[in-house]
Amino acid sequence: MTGVGLKVRNLNKAFGGLVVARNITLDLAPGDRKALIGPNGAGKSTFTNLITGIIAPTSGEITLDGRDIRPMSESQRVKAGVAKTFQITTLFKALTVRENLRLPLLERRGWLGRLIRRADSYPEVEMEIDGLLKQFKLTHHAHTPVDRLAYGQQRLVEMAMTLALKPRILILDEPAAGVPSSESPLIMEAIAALPADLSVLIIEHDMNLVFKVAAKIIVLVAGAILMEGTPAEISADARVRDLYLGAHHD
Amino acid sequence: MSHTLKTALGVIALIALAAVGYFGLADNLAFMTQVVIMMIFVLSLDYVLGYAGISTLGHAAMFGTGAYAAAIFATSVSSDPILGILAGAVAGGAIALLSGFVLMRAHGLTLLMLSIAVTEVLHELANKYSGITGGADGLSFTPGPILGRFEFDFAGHIAYIYSVCLLLLVFIKLRVLTASPFGLAARGIRESQARMRAIGTPVYWRMLLIYTFGGAFAGVAGALSAQTTALVSLSVYDFQLSAGAVLMLILGGTGQLWGAILGTMVYMTVHQIASSVDPFNWLFIIGAMVLIVVYLVPNGLMALPALLLRWRRK
Ligand SMILES: Nc1ncnc2c1ncn2[C@@H]1O[C@H](COP(=O)(O)OP(=O)(O)O)[C@@H](O)[C@H]1O
Ligand SMILES: [Mg+2]
Repeated sequence: MTGVGLKVRNLNKAFGGLVVARNITLDLAPGDRKALIGPNGAGKSTFTNLITGIIAPTSGEITLDGRDIRPMSESQRVKAGVAKTFQITTLFKALTVRENLRLPLLERRGWLGRLIRRADSYPEVEMEIDGLLKQFKLTHHAHTPVDRLAYGQQRLVEMAMTLALKPRILILDEPAAGVPSSESPLIMEAIAALPADLSVLIIEHDMNLVFKVAAKIIVLVAGAILMEGTPAEISADARVRDLYLGAHHD
Repeated sequence: MSHTLKTALGVIALIALAAVGYFGLADNLAFMTQVVIMMIFVLSLDYVLGYAGISTLGHAAMFGTGAYAAAIFATSVSSDPILGILAGAVAGGAIALLSGFVLMRAHGLTLLMLSIAVTEVLHELANKYSGITGGADGLSFTPGPILGRFEFDFAGHIAYIYSVCLLLLVFIKLRVLTASPFGLAARGIRESQARMRAIGTPVYWRMLLIYTFGGAFAGVAGALSAQTTALVSLSVYDFQLSAGAVLMLILGGTGQLWGAILGTMVYMTVHQIASSVDPFNWLFIIGAMVLIVVYLVPNGLMALPALLLRWRRK
């Protein structure tokens, strides 16, 4: 397979007898803004884990710029430019917000194995931390251990850490879930401010956010793609309304 | 306060503490030397367990291998103690690396059991190859003078000063190492291996290196123990050594170096007093002490001042 960006072909995954990905085929070209929606348990998070290498598919192909990434480990895929945020915040709890951001920034530059100089003595890294803190309005919490932050702010740290990796393919697994509505514009702003050539796949329940951010929406049901279309097409589709939008009046 | 200043103050505090011991408890130099060696050992464990969160009950594997390496090196290559310490560090690091290939793939209880098993295997090997290790009789040797000048004396003055110097070196090295990017990576691995992988860190290889470094420091402690007692016996691979070090670390507080030093000091002092007062029930006293401290101050003695302050404010 050739071509730029991420290409997924006929991806299948089963946990024992439970099929969670059925022949999923999907493209993410540079600059794409796509959303993946679907009821709980549809297999959305599993799909992100298949792409990032946390779990291995039963069959199917995943290529990045024509290169098969299936043999690559999770960390190798990150180095190749594939990054994701976790649906359930996964942070370095006892470390401060600054330290949480310092880790990906040092790793991205390949400096996390250094042994002599202090970790906080790299000016370019510290400046980048300052920028991220400001962008996500976390400056006041810079020295707070992340497990003492409100959940919404932890989501912001999660997002900031992932952006710190400067990925080419960015997968956001329900980035706004649990974020108070007062802070969710920060998430939206951050997504709007992403580099234009970055490919973004966002999984989200908040339809407001999805419709604002995504140009294409993919509906996943029971591990299979039900349909793919523009926000207008999706919201006009009766099946989708029954299955998903209707069930989401909470 | 800057990190360098804190390290300098720490070194001064350690020297002051060592001096108080030296002049105040001159009759107990041999015991205090043991305490200092144990401090190095528990510091090395703090790096592995406290900073990187690698649970182990087999740290004696590296201590023991360092001890045998120093003794064998002294009898077959050179009796220079400093070179002997280096041999101990290399051997401790090597055994950590070798066993780490398997251990660092395991987690939780499996990891604990495997770490114990490695030590048991080494114990058996040392017993079996008694031609090299002296088997159950142990291996005695005579270390040469330090830097070609300072002979180990019968009263143990030189051994004590030498041990304190090595403690200072290890302390400084670990201060630098834990503040470095690699030290931050260790804490990241402790907090979340999943997140470390998600930021692109090859977690397994990093852990293997951490374990190897920790093993090298433990090897230094073992080599020093061999040199200061001029003897290595199979007891260097005792399970009690690994478990005791974990207790000392938990008692003092993990992941901050000073907890290792404080915990070792308190544990060994209480042990010494309790076992001379009641040679049969000292284990009970130690056990009770650890239980009470861990119950009242879960983060160890290092957290005590902050806890007391909070109580007073209430
Ligand atoms: N590691 C796993 N082992 C077994 N079943 C799993 C595993 N991960 C997810 N599942 C199951 O796969 C299905 C899809 O889960 P998930 O991908 O989290 O759905 P979504 O993110 O769309 O809500 C669920 O039924 C879930 O219970
Ligand atoms: Mg999910």
